[in-house]
Order: sequence, then structure tokens, then C-alpha cells
Amino acid sequence: MTKHKIKMALLSALVLGLSAGCQKKIPPAPPQVPAPLPENNAPTNKPSIGYFTAEPSTVTVGQPSSLRWSVTDATSVKIDNGIGEVSPNGRRGVYPTSTTTYHLTATGPAGTSEADATVTVSSPPPPAPVPTGGQPTAREILAKQVQDVHFEYDKSDIRGEDQAIIQGDASALRTIFQIDPNFIVTIEGHCDERGSAEYNLALGDRRAAATKDALISLGVPGDKLKTVSFGKERPICTEAMEDCYARNRRAHFSAAQ
Amino acid sequence: MRTLTLSLSLLFTLGLASARQQVVGTIEKNPGKPHIAVTDFRATGTTAPSLMAVFNSTVQSDLQSSPLINFIPKTLYPLRIPQVPNDLAAGEASANTKPAPIPGFRLADWYAAPAQANYLGMGYGAEDRGLFVVFGYFYTTAPNITDLQQAQIFGKVYTGSLDQSGAIDAAHHYAADMLAQFGGTSLVGTRIVFVSDRTGSKEIWAMNWDGTDQHQITKYGSISTFPSVSPDGHIVAFTTYATGYPAIQMFSLDTNRKLPFYNQRASMNAFVTFTPDSKQIIFSSTAAGGAAQLYMANTDGSGFRRITNSGVIEVEAKINPKTGTDLVDVSGRSGLPQVYKMNIEGTDVQRLSAGTGEATNPAWSPDGSHIAFAWTKGFEPGNYNIFVMDVVTRETIQLTANEGRNENPNWAPDGAHIVFASKRAGRSQIWVMNADGTGKHPLTDKGGNEKPVWVNAEK
Repeated sequence: MTKHKIKMALLSALVLGLSAGCQKKIPPAPPQVPAPLPENNAPTNKPSIGYFTAEPSTVTVGQPSSLRWSVTDATSVKIDNGIGEVSPNGRRGVYPTSTTTYHLTATGPAGTSEADATVTVSSPPPPAPVPTGGQPTAREILAKQVQDVHFEYDKSDIRGEDQAIIQGDASALRTIFQIDPNFIVTIEGHCDERGSAEYNLALGDRRAAATKDALISLGVPGDKLKTVSFGKERPICTEAMEDCYARNRRAHFSAAQ
Repeated sequence: MRTLTLSLSLLFTLGLASARQQVVGTIEKNPGKPHIAVTDFRATGTTAPSLMAVFNSTVQSDLQSSPLINFIPKTLYPLRIPQVPNDLAAGEASANTKPAPIPGFRLADWYAAPAQANYLGMGYGAEDRGLFVVFGYFYTTAPNITDLQQAQIFGKVYTGSLDQSGAIDAAHHYAADMLAQFGGTSLVGTRIVFVSDRTGSKEIWAMNWDGTDQHQITKYGSISTFPSVSPDGHIVAFTTYATGYPAIQMFSLDTNRKLPFYNQRASMNAFVTFTPDSKQIIFSSTAAGGAAQLYMANTDGSGFRRITNSGVIEVEAKINPKTGTDLVDVSGRSGLPQVYKMNIEGTDVQRLSAGTGEATNPAWSPDGSHIAFAWTKGFEPGNYNIFVMDVVTRETIQLTANEGRNENPNWAPDGAHIVFASKRAGRSQIWVMNADGTGKHPLTDKGGNEKPVWVNAEK
């Protein structure tokens, strides 16, 4: 309520200021009267914490856990570990790097209630990450989490063994487009050196398109995906052996220019 | 055109006869081909004498690389070398000639063993007002012709700049005039367009037919490849990533400037072939989604219409340059890529290649009777060799074997030479050979060079 008042006051001031700036004598609109505080419902009990949980309560490093809480009869709800003041009912994703106990403090006119929720981080923490200032960027997720899809010779269908890869790619791409709705990803189709350059240009196009179709069927927005074939013009290795051929027969993901 | 057809039918009758006997291999030299002797020319003056070595070697290599004639080794020539018509006597030696003449000045001396020449080329060089000048003659040695004037087929003056390139130019023209007597279409003045990465990125380049004057056409610093040239020689069409996606670009070879072309909205537009009148094109596009299909359009991209609807990859369409009503392309209709033939509306589809391995890179002979193509026959994927097929009989002869990867064959306007890309010496280079597989020699050696196209018109 106090916030609301301040907002209204600022708005009025702004309107006044603008009117003055325009040097027009429009009478100021009368400020809206705030609704009176409901006096009859003043809490008489200590705040009641319905629940305060972490789901899942066990995660590996980098995975999110969701804190959920519900509090009644409180004027202020706070959670420590850098979260701060929150609304009485809510949820918050956390990415703890080690086992952390979150402490919730609910304060009301009639007293204070407290509760704890613990997120256990199961694996030992990895080497200290490069400080990037919080969440990974879309570009970082693209580079680290979106893997190449590989193909058989002269084929453009997604292999059974690559289903897990493309599902992981779909999940990472969905995250990318949530973080940055303006991000566009190019799927590049590539081939090994054996076929003709001409046929391979069309084959690489099929590989990129098949990868795009598979991602769309896994819920990735198609308008965020472009495709381009490089045929065999951009190999990642040039040895004349199957191991290298297999690495070159790929759909690769890059940030669109 | 009549002489061209003649020379081709001669060549391939021989080629296929031989192919029937030994299945794989090159064609035997035709014992019935005319045998030609050309003397080493000498010159007077201060500079011209030093240019005669390159003149003589150029004439010799032009004649040796022609499948139309047999060049007689110079070690078999008579001792006396005529230089001017006045040196010569026709027919048999007359009774009152001085005793025991040294052989060489009578045409009969050249007709006799060991030279056994049917024709004699001779002449000399000089310099005149700063120019290199050659007097080149050509005679038949037929013993029934006793009149020297009748025996002379031609006598011409050739001029060039007074340096190596002038001497080479004069030699090419003299050799071409001799070969023209046997149905040879001169390649002098023709060019080859190709792709080179010698600047660090793939660009379109052009050079003279003999590998001289190699110069860059595009400067995009991207990937520019798959060139084709309109039959009138005015336009080179190619595929470039300059805008990020493989798209077609038309470029004037006359003005060295881009020409307008509307690319369909597609992930890929590529592989242009021109109609014989140079007014329309067929190319591959993914404009309708799915695998690349063949479409026809005007040379500015307007009038776009669909030709194939096969659901599988269709690339490398090549319109028959003789008829303009049928084409060959490379299709995945039967699995791995094979060469197919169809009419220009996309109907009457037939597979031309045998169906084994991968067959790709088809190219029409100028008379539309044969295609050259690359085939992995008998080898692992990627190990291509050059083959020539009679489109009617489907008989096939192999022109390269056991010499690295060979691909992208393309015919010279004379129908008697084929230019191709080969990795026999490491990186891909442009090579040329006779259409019977003989006389292979490289034209490039800087960087990697590929996808040669012989321009079917003089500049």
C-alpha cells in the first residue's frame, strides 16, 4: 500500500511537471484517493508457514532446485543466502554449488516464524567456474551444451544412437531462446570428402533440414533456426580415413550473424 | 560443324572398337591417321633466333597432343631441311639431277622410309620492324602429285610480339592451321574458367586454353565455386556464399561485372546450365523445401518453374548443347548418386550410368553424342576416374586409371580434348588430355584448382 501511494505521488508530480513544461494551464487531475487500510483484519496470530520446500532436494552442480513456500499472517518474508525479501507465496529457482540450507523468516505484527529447507548438492563441486556474472549466456550454452549430430554415408536421417544427443540439443536450445528471445541459431550441414562437391552441397542441405525438423518436433521454435549447407567445403579434419569422414558428416550449430 | 562431327565419329568408332577388346584402358593410336613431319624452323635477325626453340617445341607439343594425327619423331627426318618453297622439288628425282643428292629437298624423301610422312610442315622465322614473323608452309608428300604448286596446301605469314609469348602464339596458330586440315577445331583463343583457392579462399578464375594468363575473376573472400559458362561465352554463372547461403550469381565475362539475378528464397540455389541459345538456365533449388530439385528460369531468375519432383537429390543438370531438348543430371533416385537423362520438361527419365558405385559430374561432348563423367567403378567411394559414354549405345570407355582422384571432366570446343581436375600430384590441379585418354598434362600448379569449364567461344 505504501508503495502504491508513492507511485501515485510520483505520477502526479510527473503529470504536473509535464504540464508545466508544456506551459499549458491544464488543471491537475485530482490525485486518486487510496483505498483505506482494512482495519478489521489485522492479524492476531504469529505468521503461519504452510510449507517451505526445495524440489528436488538433491541436485548435481549446475542443476536448478526450486524453493517453494507459502506463508500467512506475515508482513515481511525473507530468505537468506542472497535471496532477500519475497512475497508470502512464491517459488524461486536456485543453483547452489554446494549443499545449502535456506532459512526463511516470516515476520508479522504478532511475532516471527522460521523454517529451513536444504538443497543437497550430490557431486563434488567442479573447478571454480570462470566468473561470468551469474547465468551462462545463450552463446555459452550453444558452445558448451549443443552437440553436433552425426550421419551415415550418403544419409540424412537422424540415427537411433543420436536421439539422446538431439534431445539434449533441443533442451539446451529451448533454454537459449528463453534466455535470449532474439537469438537465432544456424544449423550447418556438412559432408565427408568422398562424394562430389555438387551432390554433397544438396546432401548437407538435407542433413541441416532433417536436424531442424527433429528439433521442431521436440518443441524448439522453428523460426529461431536457420539452415545452411557447406557440403564438403568446411571439413574439421582432412585425413583420408573413416574416423575423420565420420566426424565430418555432421550438423553443427552456430550463432547466426 | 561437319568436320567436327567427322572427327568425333572417327575418334569414338576407334575408341569403342578398342574398348570392346580390352574393356578398360586407353584407345590405341590409329594407324590410319595421317603422319605429319614438321621441321625445326630457324631464323635470322638479332632476337628471333633465340625464340625459335620455344616456337618449335610449341608446334611439336600441339601436334603431339592432337588425336587427329601422328607426329613423326624428328630423329627419323632426312638430313637436309628445306626452309623455303624454292628449296623443294616435287616427285621423283629427275635423271639429270647432280649425282647422289643428300635427301631432304624432294617431297619424296619425306614420303620414303624412315620418315614415311604423308605431310610436311616447314618454314623459317625472321624479325621485321620489331615483330616476330614466321613463314609457315604445309605440303602433301603424296607421290602422285608431281606439281609443287599442287602439293602446297598452304603458305602463311604469322606475326607476334618479339618475345616468348609472341613466338608461342605464332606456333599455336601455325599448328592449328595444320590440324584444321584434318577436322581439328582450333582451340587457339579459347579460355578455361575454373576455381582456385590460391588467394586463401575459393574464387572464380580464368586462363587461356594452354594455361597461360591465369587471372582472378571474383574477389569475394568467401566460397565461390561451381562455375558454368553460357554457350555464347558472355556469362559465367557460379554459386557463392557471399551473402551467407549458397546462391547463384551471374557475371559478365565481357565487362567483369555482376549481372542482375533473382535468387529464389531457398537454403540453396546452385549448379547452373544454359540452354544452347544462352537465354535460359536450369539449376538446383530447395525453394519448395525437401531435397534440391531442378528448376528452369531466365538468366535473370525470372520465369521460375519446376522441372523435377522426385523427392530425392537432383543436381548437376547439363542441357544437351546440340538439341537443347534433353538433359543429364545426377540423382539419388536409385540410392547412391547416378547419372540420369531426361527431356527438358523432366519426363522420360532414364538412368545412363550402370548403377554400381557413384557416377557424377556429367558433361556433354559438343555434338551431344557422348558424355564424359566421373565414376567410382571398381573402387572405394571417392576414388573417381574419368569415363566417356556413348549416350545412345551406353558403351563406356575409361580414360584415367590408378592416378589419384579424377573428376569434373569438361569438353573442349574441338570435341577432341577434355579438361579435368586431378589429385594425382597431391592437391587438386587442372589437367587436360585428348578425348582418348592420351597426352595428359597439367595446366595449373599454384594452390588448389578445380571445376574447369572450357569456354565454347573465343574472347
